[in-house]
Amino acid sequence: MSLKDILTPFTAWGNIVKEPITIKDPINNRPGAPRYRGFHKNDITKCIGCGSCEEICPNNAIDLLPVEGIETKDGDSGLRPRIDYGRCCWCGLCVDVCTTGSLTLSNEYKWIEEGNADAYRFTPGVDKKPWDKNELGWNKPVPNYEFYALDRVEMQELEPNKRDNSFIEIVQGFSKEQAQLEADRCVECGICVAACPAHMGIPAYIKAIRDDDLEHGLNILYDTNPLPEICGRICTHKCESVCSLGHRGEPLSIRWLKRYIADQNPSEEYKKILETENIEKNGKKVAIIGAGPSGLSAAYYLALLGYEVKIFELYPEAGGMMRYGIPEYRLPYDQIDKDIDYILSLGVEIQYNTRVGGDVSLDELKEKYDAVFAGTGLHLGRSTRIPGSDHKNVYQSIELLSKITKGEEINLTEKIVVIGGGNVAMDITRSLARLQKQKFGKVQIITTSLETEDILPADVEEVVEAREENAVINPGWGPKSVEIIDGKIKGLNVVRCLSVFDEEHRFSPKFDEDDKKFFEGDMIVESIGQGMDISYIAEDIKSSIEFGPRGRIVVDKYFQSSAKWLFVGGDIIQGPDVIHGIANGHKAALGIDKYLHH
Amino acid sequence: MKKNSKLIWTPDRSKFPEQNSDGSLDVDLASQKYVKVWQGPNHPGVTGNMSLELTICGDEIVQAKTHVGYLHRGFEKLIERRKFIQGFTTCIRMCVAEPDTNEYNFSRCVEELSGIEVPEMANWLRALALEMARLQMLLRIVPGQGNTTGLGLGVQWGVYLRDLILDRFEELTGGRVYHMYITPGGVRGLLPDGFKQRMEDALKKIDEFIVDITKLMYNNAVFKKRTVGVGYLDPAWIDKFGVVGPNARAAGFKRDVRKDYPYLIYDKLDYEPFTATDSDIYTRSLVRREDLRTTVELIRQIMAKMPKTGNIRAQTPNVLHWKIPKGETYVRCESSRGEYGYYMVTDGSEFPRRVNLRGPSYVHAVSLLEKLLVGANIADVSSMMVSLGTCPPEIER
Repeated sequence: MSLKDILTPFTAWGNIVKEPITIKDPINNRPGAPRYRGFHKNDITKCIGCGSCEEICPNNAIDLLPVEGIETKDGDSGLRPRIDYGRCCWCGLCVDVCTTGSLTLSNEYKWIEEGNADAYRFTPGVDKKPWDKNELGWNKPVPNYEFYALDRVEMQELEPNKRDNSFIEIVQGFSKEQAQLEADRCVECGICVAACPAHMGIPAYIKAIRDDDLEHGLNILYDTNPLPEICGRICTHKCESVCSLGHRGEPLSIRWLKRYIADQNPSEEYKKILETENIEKNGKKVAIIGAGPSGLSAAYYLALLGYEVKIFELYPEAGGMMRYGIPEYRLPYDQIDKDIDYILSLGVEIQYNTRVGGDVSLDELKEKYDAVFAGTGLHLGRSTRIPGSDHKNVYQSIELLSKITKGEEINLTEKIVVIGGGNVAMDITRSLARLQKQKFGKVQIITTSLETEDILPADVEEVVEAREENAVINPGWGPKSVEIIDGKIKGLNVVRCLSVFDEEHRFSPKFDEDDKKFFEGDMIVESIGQGMDISYIAEDIKSSIEFGPRGRIVVDKYFQSSAKWLFVGGDIIQGPDVIHGIANGHKAALGIDKYLHH
Repeated sequence: MKKNSKLIWTPDRSKFPEQNSDGSLDVDLASQKYVKVWQGPNHPGVTGNMSLELTICGDEIVQAKTHVGYLHRGFEKLIERRKFIQGFTTCIRMCVAEPDTNEYNFSRCVEELSGIEVPEMANWLRALALEMARLQMLLRIVPGQGNTTGLGLGVQWGVYLRDLILDRFEELTGGRVYHMYITPGGVRGLLPDGFKQRMEDALKKIDEFIVDITKLMYNNAVFKKRTVGVGYLDPAWIDKFGVVGPNARAAGFKRDVRKDYPYLIYDKLDYEPFTATDSDIYTRSLVRREDLRTTVELIRQIMAKMPKTGNIRAQTPNVLHWKIPKGETYVRCESSRGEYGYYMVTDGSEFPRRVNLRGPSYVHAVSLLEKLLVGANIADVSSMMVSLGTCPPEIER
């Protein structure tokens, strides 16, 4: 120790002349950093109530609760996160995981509220707070910072040049690794379950893929859907359109994952896996008209309940529109057979080539059976009724598609014009394009529709693939007349379509008559929707049935008509699509069981 | 440092009981020569609570026993009930003063067990966060040593400077105390605009602080008298007890995880750990001051050498159902108190089977402190605790 050691510490006195460093009024003068994790904000119009925030919260501080003014609808659970600041640790994981990006943290950290002891538990965005308009705070940090993959695992498909002249299935299906990688993306919010007409247990079967327990997965599929091979290929996937991942990335490939489970389970094992080897019969009989999705679905669930089921089918093979409406390159016939054969193996009978109302009357069915389910579908084509549409070379897409399935000859020409913008129009366009390629070596087909490209009802991938196969898709035109010279079709006159629907969203197309165009072609195919044929219901029965607007039969929630023994479902009630048919059939089966046992 | 033998304080042990052959003591309280007192559980300069049961003879300590149990919160157990992505928000609470080392170790364990490579940018940012954490801890503990001898001014300087580092933490990570920046898979943000300049401004102030605190504390007759030669840690005990970090470096052992087992990007940085040999309170404090200097230098190097931008997160499995195959691992890093390790066992489920923290304080403040205190003066207990780098929260997890 030296004198220096005694004196040097006193140099600290030098600080006495320095400016003080204290912030005098930190409450008012010190905002949080731009990235500060302060109080929660939620854009409730963007939020879909998927519950990922609730799931990831390490402290169970978040509960999803119904909120006044927000309705439950497809793609929105109607719930919003309520945050308990007695538990929250402001880690911001809820923000990082948010599927829509609606939940953020403001950089506000001071909150003084008097008189309300429960104020610390609030629903951001709904309960107004002073920091709601604060723009700074914790957001998703930077691109590539994601808690799950936003991009889909790419599905392998046949190249256009390998598929454009044959009906081989285009989509190749997932491998195990691909399926598990895709299944890993699921956040298990269940928004899809509500949107699926059949309310399939989607997160549960996707979890079964992750756990590699495909037998359990098949069980979950068959709980609500007895046609998984079919739905796994051509379902309209309402689940994917609402998938919460789709808000910032690509929605989960739910359809392909379903197909993966069905593909991986061999059909001969189905009875063992699904434990349907011994079903006790209950001695009651049900007749089903039409072996389409709704009929088959009803048959399956009725068979499980022990009913003796007989299906009356007009065509030589079962499947209805799935077989006779959807081209083979989307849905191969052997896959249809796999699903149907399993249903038949449960003791369901099908009487083919039988027209109810002709070969057998509805009255007879009523007498012989305890209940009847009718799922006869929409098999009548609709005409545009423009001048010249009664020409013999103007066809309905439905009749052509069914001819292709049956292998019947089509009077194919070199130049074809298709009218329609839905998936059926794409189906017929792409089928005819394949036949043209086979017959003439080139494709000359123009598909036109009222709807413009942005509101085209067909799936985007259908349009893209059709173009890849050299079909010309030219939307936004209204058909005016078929140009016929010397009895031969020369083409289609169209005018520009300005709008399809009016303000109340009713069908009321408006045209610009001056903007004309001519599509050259020697064959016209109309594909603008289908109609139903319920002529099999005799007049005396009809009088006991209540009809709603546009000739639709009125049914209750079990698809029971006002004639108590008759249940009606499928496309003629709801749709047109396969999954609604399946859901209707399932519900009707439960309704029939209820009707016959109570 | 030159030792002044006149300053070395030697206790008068004539009144102490004779040691038994196994080293134990028979203290007869009825003799009225001894008194038992409790010190703690609150201590100046130490984060968290911990008690010492002291048997004193006069004002000299004959026996010391550490008592913990004031803080036990069961965080290791809580982590077993949290998914891998959630764990890092809990583990930080195991050492309040330096949470980032916990974040890093936990995340690294998860990454090693699931075989994830973290992008390089994230590694640089992690190293920056770890050094900043060491820096703010040292800014408490260096002047805190003075506080235990009644020198409060240095602490006020330290708290101000630590606040500047917390400000930088706030803009980088969004949090001041619990940063929750290093997640399994990467980090949560790039450097904000202008960060480097603001950091440099703070570092300059710390450079000045080192000069000032040296004048105030290290060249201070009172401080020297209270610390030089006190709390001598025998180098023979270093390996016996498993002493790490500054305490080992003050005894001549060059122990530094960053040098011995380089992790993150430390092999790309140029520095030499400071060692000394006197192994008393003063030297340990001196080593910490040099650590502070090194850390400032390392932060400058990291900011100069780090890439401008890059990916900050590896693609992990979906965090909501992240499963890790069966396995176990031990991960360590250099905290301000020395080697700080995490042992994690996984069993193939979505939750860790076991997470165990091996913190330096367990050795320093429980087994070592009990030995060092024997013969010390009651007034030196808190100096001794601070000089060993005691952090009770990491003792009881």
